[in-house]
Amino acid sequence: MAIIEVWYRLIGALPFGWTHYVFMKNALLAVLLVTPLFAILGTMVVNNRMAFFTDVLGHSALTGIAIGVLLGFHDPTLPMICLAVVLAIAINLLKNATRASVDTVLGVIMAFIVALGIVILSRQGGFVKYTSYLIGDILAVTPQQIAWFFVIAVVVLGYWYVAGNAMILTSVNSSLARSRRINTFLIETSFTILLALVVIVSIRLAGILIINSLLILPAAASRNLTRNSHTYTAWAVIISILSGITGLIVSYYWGTASGATIVLFASGCYGVSALLGRYVMK
Amino acid sequence: MRNTCEHCCTKVEGLTVRLGDNAILDNVNLHVDCGEVVGVVGPNGAGKTTLLRTILGEIRYQGKIVFRIAGSASRKPKIGYVPQKLQFDLSSPISVTDLVVSAISRYPVWAGVSKDLSERVKDVLSLFSAEHLLKRRLGELSGGELQRVLLAIAMTPAPKLLLLDEPASGVDIKGLSLFYQIVDDLRKKNDIAVILVTHDLAGVSSYVDRLILLNRSVIAQGEPKEVLSNEKLVKAFGPALWNVSCLPNLTSKENNKNGDY
Repeated sequence: MAIIEVWYRLIGALPFGWTHYVFMKNALLAVLLVTPLFAILGTMVVNNRMAFFTDVLGHSALTGIAIGVLLGFHDPTLPMICLAVVLAIAINLLKNATRASVDTVLGVIMAFIVALGIVILSRQGGFVKYTSYLIGDILAVTPQQIAWFFVIAVVVLGYWYVAGNAMILTSVNSSLARSRRINTFLIETSFTILLALVVIVSIRLAGILIINSLLILPAAASRNLTRNSHTYTAWAVIISILSGITGLIVSYYWGTASGATIVLFASGCYGVSALLGRYVMK
Repeated sequence: MRNTCEHCCTKVEGLTVRLGDNAILDNVNLHVDCGEVVGVVGPNGAGKTTLLRTILGEIRYQGKIVFRIAGSASRKPKIGYVPQKLQFDLSSPISVTDLVVSAISRYPVWAGVSKDLSERVKDVLSLFSAEHLLKRRLGELSGGELQRVLLAIAMTPAPKLLLLDEPASGVDIKGLSLFYQIVDDLRKKNDIAVILVTHDLAGVSSYVDRLILLNRSVIAQGEPKEVLSNEKLVKAFGPALWNVSCLPNLTSKENNKNGDY
């Protein structure tokens, strides 16, 4: 953990009140790792119109926790991940198998999964214990968790490097992609699994209610300003990191929930980008 | 009508595709020689697109699809495919360069496009009168422009078999004849086989070597003139056929009083 000490000293040297607290230093590092990750994944979520899908994944965390409680897990992370991954694969299969619209399928699954989670967790009035998962707490992040985020960031970047082109082609037309010998099923499935993993692992930071916004907003804002994949990705990352840092620091002074404050700034970026895109960039 | 498949061709034998109890394609037999352009026409729901997607290997089928192509020894050769329409969001920040690079290169396009690669994309597009579209977003292209970009991608590298799905839809007459001319040049230069699915009977007949009328199975096939004078075709298409009779190079001028097509 020598690296983290260097980080602590580096941030501690800054002349601000919040830099005295270790939890703020940890939170800032987590934000710097997670926000670009969410921005990159978000570009493809928005391209593929998967916003509702990732929302369902986020909400499945509730049921994952519930299953963990039923099975006596001390830390519900594993059952949460398992459920989200199974759900991601199931939705992917179902999407190709049924003629019902994807919207409807997702709506049905979300209703069931959320209700199931709440029913299990609310037995004997115990739901209050779990409300922290709804809002998330980025300030409680530990150096161990940050190490995990680092690993995940490396995995996502590697995946993006290898599969990025195939994903673009698949999102434009899957038959066209298959004619270029791309295994579109593998691409779609691996991407949804990766999404499930990242969303669940980050759920304690941002919370079930707003985690989806962190995925969608930077990409949505960037779309208003850009015309190709390169600038689209770059601006999404910039907007995500900027709103992450600003939101975290402002939440310290306002005494508000960090995740929601970050989302508020990201929403602001979206508003500005929409105006810029409409009146300046065209 | 030839039914032989000698040194270089793609052959479909007894092809049947079912969706539940419904046979979308029923015992379809056809072949396409290298260097030949075959038009597949038929009413809506005749299974035209299904035929292409089956040849592409996307759909389970009964029967045989044989690729007898020099160098690839009956293994599936490279197939070029130009889809009918793209399902993408029109506002997507995907440029023409992005699409071409993501199809022809392994270098991830989101990380930026190098000068060399950008030159290569330009070269590819210039063969299809599309080099000026490089920086446009896909959503900003007209039907004809998008089609030429998709054709450029399908032809890089040159395939042995080229499948075109409804190139006439959403393309104006000028764009369409440019498209057909490019396809004609390509097959002459590269000796590729082309299967062209369309509802645009009138426009396509002067560009194809053979015409196949498909309605779940092959109703008729042969030279365009031959097929278009076939009675079965009249039955299959009904009133739509009157447009065909207006074709100047197929029938006499007296029939041409129904106006333009």
